[in-house]
Amino acid sequence: MQDSEIQKELTEKEEQSAVAKVFNYRLVKEKTAGGLMYILTIASLVLVVVMGIGLYLKSAPIFEEHSLGELIFSSNWRPLKGQFGFMPFIAGTVWVTVVAVLWVLPISLLTAIFLTEYAKSYVKKYVFPALDILAGLPSVIYGVWGTLLIIPWISNKFAPHFVDFSTGYTVLAGGIVLGVMILPLLVSLFIEIFSSLPTELRDASTSLGATKWQTSKKVVLKKSFPGIMASVVLAISRAMGETIAILMVCGNLPEVPRSILDACYPIPALIANNYGEMLSLPQYEAALMFAALILFVVVLVFNVISRVILYRVEKSYA
Amino acid sequence: MKIPFLDKLFTTSELLSNATPDRKFVSDNDSSEISVENLNLYIKGNHILKNLNVQIPDKKITCIIGPSGCGKSTLLKTFNRLIDSVEGLNVDGKIMLHGKNILSENEDLTHHRRKVGLVSQRPCPLPMSIYDNVAYGCRIHGIKNRKNLDKIVEHYLKAAGLWEEVKDRLNTPAVRLSIGQQQRLCLARSLAVEPQIILADEATSALDPISSKTIEELFVNLKRDYSIVMVTHTLRQARRIADYVVFMYLGEIVEAGEASQVFENPQNELTKKYLEGAFS
Ligand SMILES: Nc1ncnc2c1ncn2[C@@H]1O[C@H](COP(=O)(O)OP(=O)(O)OP(=O)(O)O)[C@@H](O)[C@H]1O
Ligand SMILES: [Mg+2]
Repeated sequence: MQDSEIQKELTEKEEQSAVAKVFNYRLVKEKTAGGLMYILTIASLVLVVVMGIGLYLKSAPIFEEHSLGELIFSSNWRPLKGQFGFMPFIAGTVWVTVVAVLWVLPISLLTAIFLTEYAKSYVKKYVFPALDILAGLPSVIYGVWGTLLIIPWISNKFAPHFVDFSTGYTVLAGGIVLGVMILPLLVSLFIEIFSSLPTELRDASTSLGATKWQTSKKVVLKKSFPGIMASVVLAISRAMGETIAILMVCGNLPEVPRSILDACYPIPALIANNYGEMLSLPQYEAALMFAALILFVVVLVFNVISRVILYRVEKSYA
Repeated sequence: MKIPFLDKLFTTSELLSNATPDRKFVSDNDSSEISVENLNLYIKGNHILKNLNVQIPDKKITCIIGPSGCGKSTLLKTFNRLIDSVEGLNVDGKIMLHGKNILSENEDLTHHRRKVGLVSQRPCPLPMSIYDNVAYGCRIHGIKNRKNLDKIVEHYLKAAGLWEEVKDRLNTPAVRLSIGQQQRLCLARSLAVEPQIILADEATSALDPISSKTIEELFVNLKRDYSIVMVTHTLRQARRIADYVVFMYLGEIVEAGEASQVFENPQNELTKKYLEGAFS
């Protein structure tokens, strides 16, 4: 009798301590996981700051002889004479981006609306994988496609209506290629956003007698506005990195473009084309670093601005 | 609660018919009842509604009750053809409204849906201001005149008992309203296109007791001008406000009739059990 009671007590104690052990172990795991993730998050943020600082330090030599205003607003790019005006590159980047967004935004919005609001499920079944494939193609393929098809088309068919002569290597070509590159990404992002809206929202509009188009325009698009903006920023930031395709079709002429049929020289192309060459000129390396810094700051500022707008919009209409 | 509502000086229908003269509202009082004849509905081969036959009376509150999944929402959505968006749908039978079969192919859906308003379970304000929410329906049907819109918005916000609470902030986003207020806004929005029938799918189940009381009272007041068909899971609510009750079970209508009769003296064994709370 007594023995068995003691035994029972013992096993109970063992059980308790086992529970306590498991409990502690779980807590330790929880703490480590939490701490690790915290550190990783901080690390990635620090990385961004370090990159910014690194670029700044590397480009510092160029500030010794040129003021920031001169660097940004001057259009004279003669590295051999020590003149570094970045205006042509900044303008080239802006032009190509604007052209791309202008034609791609409406098309991708309409495509996404068609696929989420109008299309039957079997259409979606075939289109979604196709979009993913397009989004995954390496950018050099887009570049080759641009050089083979778009350049001759602009040079022979499109440009002659407006100017006497064009090589085809233009802002327009860059805009088209960049646009095609971000199109599938944008469409899939938009589809994601539109499908996340509750059906009740559409039903509410539909049962007031709205047509599908009215509902799409006044409810779906409106409600998704913050998401649409965020997607565009994301897509452009992504596309800016896809240097090669742009580099192949823009003409790379360091002059401020005056129309979409002028050649241009976006910043990513500048860096990719020249890094590693001509670095014997000490100022030149600093100048390229400065170009990278501009790109870095532009993308950063762009993101921050869109975040701020998003925040405002969400606060008022979410 | 008293609603300064019945002194209708003008109606949206006048304005609507001015905007689109060919689409005049019929307001024959005795014809706006729904009559369902041999309605069968299949989704991807599943028989969801099974040979329904029922008459929904005019200017009364009809409550559809029944256990979850028996097809109440589906029936309601068939009334305003919202069900059309479901893929793999197959419907036969007739739903007669004003002597017209609303299931027929050549029915103008946008026109039909305007006559049959819907209030959903969760309030669902559109992503715009309070004013624009109420004006939305009128705008999509072509009323642009700001003065007319002002009148309509005020009129129907009053009808939904919301005017006093929001009249100073009509331009703030509708999502800032409380849930109960949002639901009344949705009601005002539905009323603003001058429907003849209001469908409500568990319209009070997401609301606090006070707000649902308010909505209930609104419905009781509104039945003077509208036929109201509501789905409810709260039998007490049905007892409080229903004039007519439809009990559904597994896609079939088991019993339908005057509320007093169905509640006091149910004819069918299933109805009796359901009302006793034997299953739900
Ligand atoms: N889009 C759909 N696709 C397939 N089946 C559906 C669809 N919509 C409804 N059903 C089926 O139809 C039946 C009836 O659904 P319904 O939503 O009308 O029930 P309900 O009576 O409203 O239930 P609850 O009280 O839970 O709201 C269910 O069995 C459901 O699974
Ligand atoms: Mg339901």
